[in-house]
Amino acid sequence: MSQNDITNILVCGIGGQGVMTATEILAEAAIAEGHDVKKTEVAGMAQRGGVVTSHLRFGRKVLSPQIEPGTVQVLLGFEGAEALRWSHYLRPDGLALVNNAKLVPPVVELGLFDYPVDPTGQMRAAGHRVVSFDAMSIARDLGEVRLGNTVMLGAIADYLPFAPDVLLACIVKRFARKGEQVVDANRRAFAAGREAVAKQLAPA
Amino acid sequence: MAAVMSQLSNPLAPPPAASRLLLSGNEAVARAVWESGVRVAAAYPGTPATEIIESVARYPDLYAEWSVNEKVSMEVALGASMTGARAFCAMKHVGLNVASDCLMTMTITGAYGGLVIAVADDVGMSSSQNEQDSRYWGRFAHIPVLEPADSQEAYEMTKFAFGLSEQYETPVLLRLTTRICHVKGLVVVGEREAHEPAGFVKNPQRWVMVPAHAKARIPGLYQRDETLRGVSDASPLNVLEAGTDRSVGFVASGPAYMHVKEAFPNAPVLKLGFSHPWPPEKMRALAAMCDKLLVVEETEKLLETEIKAAGIACHGKDVLPSLGELSPQVLLPAVDRLLGKAVPPPAPAAAPMKVFPRPPTLCASCPHMGMYYTLSQIKNIIVAGDIGCYTLGAGHPWNALDTTICMGATMGVALGIDKGRGAVDKNKRILAVIGDSTFMHMGMQGLLDITYNHGNVTVLLLDNNTTGMTGGQATPASGKDIHGKEAPKVDLVKIVEALGVPNERIQVVDPYELPVLFKAVREEIKIEGPSVIIARRPCVLTDEFKPFRPYLVEEDKCTGCGNCVEVGCPAIHVTHRDKVIKPSGKEVDLAFVTIDSQACTGCGLCVQPCAPDAIQHVPRRDIPIHIVKTSHAS
Repeated sequence: MSQNDITNILVCGIGGQGVMTATEILAEAAIAEGHDVKKTEVAGMAQRGGVVTSHLRFGRKVLSPQIEPGTVQVLLGFEGAEALRWSHYLRPDGLALVNNAKLVPPVVELGLFDYPVDPTGQMRAAGHRVVSFDAMSIARDLGEVRLGNTVMLGAIADYLPFAPDVLLACIVKRFARKGEQVVDANRRAFAAGREAVAKQLAPA
Repeated sequence: MAAVMSQLSNPLAPPPAASRLLLSGNEAVARAVWESGVRVAAAYPGTPATEIIESVARYPDLYAEWSVNEKVSMEVALGASMTGARAFCAMKHVGLNVASDCLMTMTITGAYGGLVIAVADDVGMSSSQNEQDSRYWGRFAHIPVLEPADSQEAYEMTKFAFGLSEQYETPVLLRLTTRICHVKGLVVVGEREAHEPAGFVKNPQRWVMVPAHAKARIPGLYQRDETLRGVSDASPLNVLEAGTDRSVGFVASGPAYMHVKEAFPNAPVLKLGFSHPWPPEKMRALAAMCDKLLVVEETEKLLETEIKAAGIACHGKDVLPSLGELSPQVLLPAVDRLLGKAVPPPAPAAAPMKVFPRPPTLCASCPHMGMYYTLSQIKNIIVAGDIGCYTLGAGHPWNALDTTICMGATMGVALGIDKGRGAVDKNKRILAVIGDSTFMHMGMQGLLDITYNHGNVTVLLLDNNTTGMTGGQATPASGKDIHGKEAPKVDLVKIVEALGVPNERIQVVDPYELPVLFKAVREEIKIEGPSVIIARRPCVLTDEFKPFRPYLVEEDKCTGCGNCVEVGCPAIHVTHRDKVIKPSGKEVDLAFVTIDSQACTGCGLCVQPCAPDAIQHVPRRDIPIHIVKTSHAS
């Protein structure tokens, strides 16, 4: 298999959460590092509260845009149950970074299905390495819930095959025209995301 | 949505030649359309092809339109080609069914200015009612088919297609799939070349397709097929890769090629970019160099049958599925089976976890919710449905639609149910649901058929002023064109009236007012003859929608009746459940609720069935800031 030099990142969540934008920024960072990149887009019905996944593959030369189950290095989950849904894509030494958000769909509210009691716990029990954190409260503490996506990107920044600053530069570029204040807020959100993961993964 | 529209109204300065851009297949096709000097580009939105024309429309120096349906888009492209202009249309697979009447004769007239049709198959069915294989149209219509495998190829093949079209005077079919349209990859782009139309030349033998003229031209189609077979053999789009492990050789096109290379990097492969007519000499050369030949094609057994008919032994659908994508995960065990190897069971870690399904659902404040809640509460009705966001009304909690077939089918189906029903259904009322964009696409004829043939159907025209499911594109009734600029606004009431519905049987109602909806539906289904209820509110994903003051649940007042849950709003959440025994002895389930006030945009639908008045406005001081900025004073 030619997958050896390919990095597989799976970003998952729900329509409207910003999954595709986050993956787009990760892709820009990989391109800035000189990688060949393929990224899937999920559109159509997914925007109506449905499941959204974005596959990002980069390396010397990427062929298939699809990630195969059991081959993901980093899973970036925007929602607990969605991270659990795609956890079989992780390879044995893979890492799941999961936002604690719980978004309950109408089929569960109607009593037709149950929401898992502890999605990340279930992932850990299955042997996956999982770090979970509350990106939205981190963002709220920074004064703006819309910073949640940048917190998510900060969370993954230290687990990419390139320096966190490469990713940060792409975020800064994206927000540059919104002014220094917005850029600074995003820098803080990025740093907070990095810290949220680092403090759990660092040895006690 | 706001961002999209503002971009559409201001054409981009296109990135310069030699730029290396991260583009989706759709965006890559659009760039190539612009670079090829196309003058006219037309489409009706349809997943996964929608973004092609959306992107084309952002380029300068060309005309782009949202057509009312795919057939018209193709006719517009053909007309432009007749003047010598380069022309383009794009559609999803089922759109080509609609356009096929034009296609099957346009292939006889042939193209004058380069004429390319991009058709996107929804392999894997992410957002379609069927999974059909558009490569058949190449055979049926005697036109060449090109199949890119990624964004760079989508860009290159689109440019190649215009030249091919002009050289052989043939329309060219560019076959895409979801995995091309919606995958982003790096594309190195080039310069735009201008193409001034050579001018329309009066030539009835070519352009007036009466039997005598068509008969004279049809032998040319067969001749063209033969010529193109040779072109295909010589084409650099068809590459024979020798490989080193010759136990199995592969024939593959489109995304399937990438999957084959991923799974079997050392195998011989005939990569088909120019896939119809396929190259006979290269195919024989591949067959000669490997022990077994496997045709990897999404979705039908098409090439395989043709290759076998040409006397070349091969495998295909005997080991591969005809449904869905042929990813490495599917290919690896299939080849093991082909080679008689034991197929190892999948590792336990690779088995998916059991998680509740998360089907797409209507948005908070979606105006369709009011209508479906109403229908879910009325008994003895048969409701025909159609294609759009409102197809979701077939799902929970409403279960309000009984049929969905294809664009515009609802009224013909409803009329057929009306005319066909026997004694067992005679007391039922027949309704047809359709959206505004679908109505203008293919629905108007169905309504005309109802009125002309004394049908007894109540039509619910859900007018949200946009093509919702594909992301909120403009329609003739929205008063906007593809660039978001003002366009004549078609009056749906006048259309309905002109189609023969008596004025007193047309009601325009507010779908946020449940009592009004109930009254209108009950009234109209009682009366014999056709009637139309137009439920009018803008789609919540468009700029036109302005949120209202959000609601919350006063939890001490909530009695757990669950009425509001039946409305189906995704902003309503159950906090806890209980059971009570009524004095009658009947056990009743209770569901106590809360409202996510961040998601609520205040349509008030849930307030109306709430018996204890537990749903109240959020105090002004607590209204989320994004709502304060934009909301109505309420």
